[in-house]
Amino acid sequence: MRDLTSQALDTATTRGATYADVRIVRRLEESISVKSGRVEGVASGESEGFGVRVLVDGAWGFASSHSLDTAEIDRVAGEAVRIARASATALRRPVVLDDRPAAHGTFMTPVMEDPFEVPLEEKIGDLLKADEAMNRVAGIAYTESLYGAQRESKAFAASDGSYTEQTITHVGAGIEANAVDGDEMQRRSWPDNGGGWQGAGYEYIRSLDLVGHAEAYAEEAVALLSAPQLAPGRRTIVLDPSQLYMQIHESCGHPSELDRVYGTEASYAGTSFLTTDRLDEGFRYGSDFITIVADATAAGGMGTFGWDDEGVAAQAVPLVKEGIFSGYLSSRETAPRIGRRSGGAMRADGWNRIPLIRMTNINLLPVPGMSLDDIVADTDDGIYLAQCRSWSIDDRRLNFQFATEVGYEIKGGKKGRLIKNPTYTGITYELWRSCDAVGDASSYRMLGTPNCGKGEPGQVGHIGHAVSGARFRDVQVGVLK
Amino acid sequence: MSVETVGAGEWLAVAQRAVALATSAGASEAEALVSADDAQLTRFANSEIHQNVAESSASCNLRFVVGKRVGVASSGRTDDEGLRLLVERAGAIARVVEELPDWAGLPLSGGRIGDLPAAFSAATATASPERRAEGARAVIAAADEAGVTAYGSFSTSTERLAVANSHGVEAAGERTSSQLITVSMGPDGGTGYAEAAAVDVTTIDAAALGREAAAKARATANARPLEAGDYPVVLEEHAVVDLMDMLGYLGFSALAVQEERSFVEIGKRIASDLVTVTDDGSDPAGLPMAFDYEGVAKERVPLLERGVCAGIVYDTQTAARDGVRSTGHGLPAPNPYGPFPLNMIMEAGRTPRDELIAGIGRGLLVTRFHYTNPVHPKLGIVTGMTRDGTFLVEDGRIVAPVRNLRFTQSYPGALAGVSGVSRERRTLRGFLGGVVVPALRIDAFTFTGTTEH
Repeated sequence: MRDLTSQALDTATTRGATYADVRIVRRLEESISVKSGRVEGVASGESEGFGVRVLVDGAWGFASSHSLDTAEIDRVAGEAVRIARASATALRRPVVLDDRPAAHGTFMTPVMEDPFEVPLEEKIGDLLKADEAMNRVAGIAYTESLYGAQRESKAFAASDGSYTEQTITHVGAGIEANAVDGDEMQRRSWPDNGGGWQGAGYEYIRSLDLVGHAEAYAEEAVALLSAPQLAPGRRTIVLDPSQLYMQIHESCGHPSELDRVYGTEASYAGTSFLTTDRLDEGFRYGSDFITIVADATAAGGMGTFGWDDEGVAAQAVPLVKEGIFSGYLSSRETAPRIGRRSGGAMRADGWNRIPLIRMTNINLLPVPGMSLDDIVADTDDGIYLAQCRSWSIDDRRLNFQFATEVGYEIKGGKKGRLIKNPTYTGITYELWRSCDAVGDASSYRMLGTPNCGKGEPGQVGHIGHAVSGARFRDVQVGVLK
Repeated sequence: MSVETVGAGEWLAVAQRAVALATSAGASEAEALVSADDAQLTRFANSEIHQNVAESSASCNLRFVVGKRVGVASSGRTDDEGLRLLVERAGAIARVVEELPDWAGLPLSGGRIGDLPAAFSAATATASPERRAEGARAVIAAADEAGVTAYGSFSTSTERLAVANSHGVEAAGERTSSQLITVSMGPDGGTGYAEAAAVDVTTIDAAALGREAAAKARATANARPLEAGDYPVVLEEHAVVDLMDMLGYLGFSALAVQEERSFVEIGKRIASDLVTVTDDGSDPAGLPMAFDYEGVAKERVPLLERGVCAGIVYDTQTAARDGVRSTGHGLPAPNPYGPFPLNMIMEAGRTPRDELIAGIGRGLLVTRFHYTNPVHPKLGIVTGMTRDGTFLVEDGRIVAPVRNLRFTQSYPGALAGVSGVSRERRTLRGFLGGVVVPALRIDAFTFTGTTEH
């Protein structure tokens, strides 16, 4: 492997690159989908290739190929240099990278039970049992169950002498029960819409107990058909971890990406309201209960690694401290512009994509004092919302609207009747400032999404979020007439 | 094997080798989908190129069938040893999975399907990084002239697709596409957008797109707040694309109808009689495709005829369930989403685009939507934001730029309220394919929130 990376770097620097890095990535994937008792798809994927990133005259170029032969490595490294020279014809601010110690070493996701070694029949059987349990419930229209695993083995080398090797394993699984009655369609999913995912082995899938949750979730989907719809108004809401993590993802994670702040995603996903002057002024992002950390070292997270894809060691970066905006997700190129060093958030979606600033594990730290159950017990009149169903936020990450799969009325400190089609909406910092309780460690758990989109050409990121649940006051709910 | 030097016909030979290996290994049916792409993208922000990438990729996706058991495996290796390992993996899956009781079989041969001449441009296939940089500089120059800043991307790609199966299906084609998008940002908070997509990169006028976006950024400076509520709107083509994408995703797929999650019923009126939408992979106005990812020739499928649901799109499996033939809208296996209309074409109207606002007393002109998502899929209710050019219209004239608004609106309901269709159309890139759409005037559109810009 090292021969190939050295060849790519030598060719790039010989052709004029002042900096070069190369990643050789091999990705294995496996997926199983079951729909209403029918094993719809079982697939195994394998992809391997390399990408060379270079700086020439202060401008970036990148080229990649699936073919790992020596002639192709020279061609691609040369192409990256040619592309960088083309970039330099429209350059106003030459790229300057921060200093970092050369990276050396290996990293491997801790895995107790290798998901690729568990017999396929057993994995299919686990899904079929859960699917069957959901379908035993009268009124279910269709069910879906899914399993997925991904293992990425990558070697990174840079012209400063860095060389690392990492093996990162992610697994996920989930079940969904769907009930339909005329124009009404309701879904309940466990542990999450699209499955629960972690950086782990098959032991995580076993811990989800899909079968044990199947019947109750299916029954709830059917019950939602006849539940009242959430009426518009301003209410107290308590967000379950299964919804709160998406609120963090959209309204804290993305706007904290420093490349967005500098406009480099403006033509696609947009920019950010968290401009650098707000970092300088100590902008009040949320209430004193809100402390959010981007932690690439957190156990079980899909944003956990040894080094990011430009060789910066994994670290924990505070984004919000006791409500005050205090840091960004950053890279070697962007961090020096705010007088800091890279926070190690550059991640690429495979061999054929450049690293971009991506979320790692964006975690809302638990607050000692009240468990999530205590928070419900402390709420006289409110709505408990769980499981994200729909999400949308504006291009500066201010106005958001979420729909959840289910709401439960809270009256006198007790969760009561079901509410269907719940939604809530607001302005990011107004919502976080209205938070008056965050759950303690007893409900703190690692969740995340394997489907975070960013960049052109498109990249899909695996992101972790650890959360415990929280309460917000005076929030606008209900939008459907 | 270098992708750049191998044409679609040779990739068909790779697919046929994979199929032959699979049948030799005991498959009762086998299908190989080989995809080989050269894709390049030059991205600019703050009026400079900041990302500039190229990739050469190839992969083979194999369906290995034993009776009614189906295994799918894919690999980036297309050499003989790579294909042999791929067959082993797919075969191992097929031998342990459950039977599909209603397995329809792989599609039968309808004769060899080849290139669609309108789908390929040599100029796009050979576009250089210098050519893309030139386009970026043209957009930036237009922005400089208007005193705004340019952001965007300019991409070119060549896709070679080959499908072969053990029933004799042989389909191979080479197609190109290019796209330029740009957002301009002005000093007083104004933003503007322009976009074009084409088979032939030389038909994209980068300078004109730069001027269009820059002019809109100037025109939206110092946007004023507007209260949420129901307004008549004119949706420019960039916004109409989202309606098409969501209709395709939520409604016009046979799987969505079979699973009772679609709002589509054949013969039911869901839109104004001004609305006619067809999926047509052969229309040179779009981004043409001759066949789908199962190697089935794409049929022209009327989806909405004068506002009435006229058809849905099928792949082989969903077609068998309904006792009809595939319309050539299959996606690569495994595909839990079902068939998808990739080439939606909306019929042009008679009204000049600039005159669509003439009939509006007090309403909005919307350039594009941002981050849309279904809130109630069965009713086609979608939420999202406006972006990059939202204007207040009074007495048929634009009177002021307004801050962006959130909408929560039934898309079929919006189409039911169409009272004007522009005679001009644009070719744009949709969710998965190319779409051709006019601008629309809609009598009522529900806005449910506001933001700060």
